[in-house]
Amino acid sequence: MSNKKKKKLTPTQQEYHDFAKMREPKRPILKNCLWAFFVGGFICLLGQIIQNFFLWNFEFNERTAGDPTVAILILISVILTSIGVYDHIAQRAGAGTAVPVTGFANSIASAAIEHRSEGYVLGSGSKMYKLAGSVITFGVVAAFVIALIKTTITLLGGS
Amino acid sequence: MEIYFWAFLVGGLICVIGQLMFDLAKLTPAHTMSILVVVGAILGGLGLYEPLIDFAGAGATVPITSFGNALVKGALQEAENTGLVGILTGIFEVTSAGISAAIIFGFIAALLAKPKG
Repeated sequence: MSNKKKKKLTPTQQEYHDFAKMREPKRPILKNCLWAFFVGGFICLLGQIIQNFFLWNFEFNERTAGDPTVAILILISVILTSIGVYDHIAQRAGAGTAVPVTGFANSIASAAIEHRSEGYVLGSGSKMYKLAGSVITFGVVAAFVIALIKTTITLLGGS
Repeated sequence: MEIYFWAFLVGGLICVIGQLMFDLAKLTPAHTMSILVVVGAILGGLGLYEPLIDFAGAGATVPITSFGNALVKGALQEAENTGLVGILTGIFEVTSAGISAAIIFGFIAALLAKPKG
């Protein structure tokens, strides 16, 4: 809670707030970070293996091999999500499963599956972007602003 | 062979940054992911993300920061060819594979799978 909000509370509420904060279980930060490091690192290692597989066995170059790699990783992630394994790993790995592109796919697939009881159009179809939506929105807006600035500089004759 | 080591190390470290944003900054996953994408876009705009990809391979292309970088890259590439309108038409050019795959596979999963737990 921010300090500004805190000032509006009555003394009793403040006391309770401090009490609740004290009783909150401490997060095992080091353990979480180790899990995130090894699981996240493993997913990237897997990505590298898949990418090299495409590089060596098909006609891809360094740049284009990324596309099938991401697609395969997403497919694996969605399958693991469907059978309930991905979320099981995610409980331990935290950001290790959320930050890689597999986490992006997991957020879409799990929301799509979760909301299918509300129908394919109003449930899955619209609510699958619950978490992915904010990522796409902020990514696109930021990319637009940055590209606009860079292009303007170039057009004005800068470097 | 070295690339596997760097992919593991750099990819793992980016995930640790995400974990610290969860635990220390107490951010929600949605906030963390949005910030990482914007950071990736800024690094891409400054021209710092491509060297990281050359160095760490999938360690840099698999984390979500790469999504921000790819959005900027697509927009800039297209802007070079067609001017300012290119920013709008090019933004999804590089990331199309990831977004399309996630949407298509995700929807098929919803058709086939039932909620667990």
